[in-house]
Amino acid sequence: MPRAAERRTNQGGLWAGPRRHILDLDDFTKAEIEEVMLNADGMKEVLGRGVRKTPALRGKTVVTVFFEASTRTRVSFEQAGKILGADVINVTASASSVTKGESLLNTVRTLQAMQIDALVMRHPHSGAPYFVARHLDTSVVNAGDGTHAHPTQALLDIYTIERLRGKLAGKRVAIIGDILYSRVARSDMIGMLKMGAEVVVCGPPTLLPPGFTPGETVPEGQPFEGVRVARRVEEAVDGADVVMVLRIQRERQDAGHLPSLREYSREYGINAARLGLARPDALLMHPGPMNEGVEISSDVAHGDQSVIEEQVANGVAVRMAVLYMLCARARNGGS
Amino acid sequence: MADRRDGPLAIKGGRVIDPSQGIDRVADVFLRDGKVERIVERTGREGTANAAGLGPMGRDPGTDGYRVVDARGKVVAPGFVDLHTHLREPGLEYKETIATGTAAAARGGYTTVCAMPNTDPALDTASVVEHVVRRARETGVVRVLPIGAVTVGRQGKQLSEMADLAAAGAIGFSDDGDPVADANLMRQALAYSSTLGLPIIDHCQDRSLTAGAQIHEGLVSARLGLAGWPSQAEATMVARDIALCELTGGRLHIAHVSTRAAVELVRSAKERGLNVTAEATPHHLTLTDEWVYGMKGSAPDGGALPVAAYDTNTKVNPPLRSRVDVEAVVDGLRTGAVDFVATDHAPHAETEKVCTYAEAANGISNIETAFASVMSLVHAGRLTLSQLVERMSTQPARFLSGSVNGRPARKLDHVRANPGMLPSSVSTSPASQGLLPATLGTLKVGAPADVVIFDPDAPWTVDPARFASKGRNTPLAGVTLKGRVTATIYGGAVVWELAGGDV
Repeated sequence: MPRAAERRTNQGGLWAGPRRHILDLDDFTKAEIEEVMLNADGMKEVLGRGVRKTPALRGKTVVTVFFEASTRTRVSFEQAGKILGADVINVTASASSVTKGESLLNTVRTLQAMQIDALVMRHPHSGAPYFVARHLDTSVVNAGDGTHAHPTQALLDIYTIERLRGKLAGKRVAIIGDILYSRVARSDMIGMLKMGAEVVVCGPPTLLPPGFTPGETVPEGQPFEGVRVARRVEEAVDGADVVMVLRIQRERQDAGHLPSLREYSREYGINAARLGLARPDALLMHPGPMNEGVEISSDVAHGDQSVIEEQVANGVAVRMAVLYMLCARARNGGS
Repeated sequence: MADRRDGPLAIKGGRVIDPSQGIDRVADVFLRDGKVERIVERTGREGTANAAGLGPMGRDPGTDGYRVVDARGKVVAPGFVDLHTHLREPGLEYKETIATGTAAAARGGYTTVCAMPNTDPALDTASVVEHVVRRARETGVVRVLPIGAVTVGRQGKQLSEMADLAAAGAIGFSDDGDPVADANLMRQALAYSSTLGLPIIDHCQDRSLTAGAQIHEGLVSARLGLAGWPSQAEATMVARDIALCELTGGRLHIAHVSTRAAVELVRSAKERGLNVTAEATPHHLTLTDEWVYGMKGSAPDGGALPVAAYDTNTKVNPPLRSRVDVEAVVDGLRTGAVDFVATDHAPHAETEKVCTYAEAANGISNIETAFASVMSLVHAGRLTLSQLVERMSTQPARFLSGSVNGRPARKLDHVRANPGMLPSSVSTSPASQGLLPATLGTLKVGAPADVVIFDPDAPWTVDPARFASKGRNTPLAGVTLKGRVTATIYGGAVVWELAGGDV
């Protein structure tokens, strides 16, 4: 019996035939990201109607399975699927048999046996969606895997920036915080570099990935090549078009990466003074949920430059777009 | 098992490589009664063949009564010796048994394997060691030498009864997989075992630096978002234990050296005359952390990860390292800082690898691919064939015989432990149990007839489904390697022979 993985590629793109999975943005072309954004525009139009419903995915079944707590992302996918008319089944780890020791593979195989069209999954282990995609025929959408990737977050971040400020090409995006453990940062860096943005990151040296040296640019040939690593947060924010603030987890303090959240806030927190170093029209973004008063001060989080709520709204439109692109099209290699 | 003596064998026309005697020439090897009977050089001039160290010469004695093995175009060498094999029995027979593990060893050209003690129960008492010895006698295909645990239950709390373990046949002590974290306990282990002349086989990993680690800490871990195991977490413990070796006069063997820093520490310890040795695995000699990308060693060149990324068959501890580390380990093996190759053959059940990377068990089933992997270093010009044989047969056998860096391991004279702690008798040794022959890893006349015959150039494609090992966990599936074991002879009996259909 040929293994599913052998029959399948994940080649996507506008001209390469239909995409099967969304595991990260690394296999997206710039054109394909633009196509997602065009579709998201259409979805936003649907979201603005009095009756927010289309039959585009009627008869399709989307399962969300979250092996890690999340409200925002799961609800976003659920809403996206329902507005498109799909049947959406939400499985949470605590409510599933996963806690009874059943393997991840058996769990998702059981779900697949229900003839589903897309599996939206979040898992605390990096690479889990790749493992699942190797073993299932269903389209897999990565809704966040460990500290690896969160592609739909990066798509909605790119969408939010481009629709508010135009093309990312040539714009400077500053990503501030825990780069080492952030799947959002990884997917944002990959996606934004593809779109031609200049990406600057800054965080405590204890929370930078290997190969990221303060004061240097990630060299050619290395993962995330071209990302500039600032020594100080002021330097990173200076002249930025976008300031992306990452959530800082208390467990980083407990694991010894930080002396205290208080000191983190003083050294790296984004407040009005630091945001003032960015361009006057700079966008302030955060993937949520925020720790106000830690990585971001309340006044700027809810201030004029904050587009954090728009990120959430755009998230539904972008997820509608990707579900539509995965489920509605005919497939040429599927079974 | 039934009597495995096959009757006399004549291995004709092969290139005989036996570094223990300085032999590297075409010759015939005659085996009889489980021993090497003689080696006859082939010069084409009957009756004139002679050379120092080649045994009785004179007229070609002919092959009447011998089964003839045609070794033309092949290399004939002492069977390989593995100091680091996980046979999983007792307790973990779903992963491997002594029967399947030794059958796999035979296919890999190994005639002696040393069984690691992380079984269930651990090999921490004489009775469990005796059980393994008995099971090996009943079901083993090649020689099995047990390694005892350093601490009771491998818990790192209390020394095991090492003298008792040695008396039962243990050839060394290891808490492999669970490094002895407590420095004082390691000091006691090195001091106590020094009276036995047996090594502490040391898995070096500072666990406080590797919490949650999945792969080598480096660019690949950065890309994949997997927690990293820094090279220096090996070096810090190697440095500590070399210091403790110096303090105690014990015998320290660094298992599966994987980093440049560790190789340099071992090199300098040897230069200072300490009882320190080291081994390296085929995977740490040939594979880099880029294999975790799932592209058989390629990296996604600015592009996308394949669906095959996070290949759990690459998960091993210590992890596959950077190119710099791999180069340093190869260089160490070539120059002698690393004494020999040991496999760390670690079979697992399929379910332990068909899961996420974080959930996957550590280990590679590699005893059937080890020779071909190391052979790739020969094909790359990094080792000579003779050096390969020396590092897979001669050197590990010398290590078993108690030799450290070309001299007998020192006993007692450096022991600073309280003499009251020492066992009353130090006359125990595996040799006294009849497990460890006086000569091993050599084709000297009278030595056990343990022979490997291999074709250094034959290409073959790794197909785990055809492994004798229960463990199919290898990242090399589908990879074509050059160099194949064609026959393995243990105690004069052919225990593995490549059939015509096995390509």
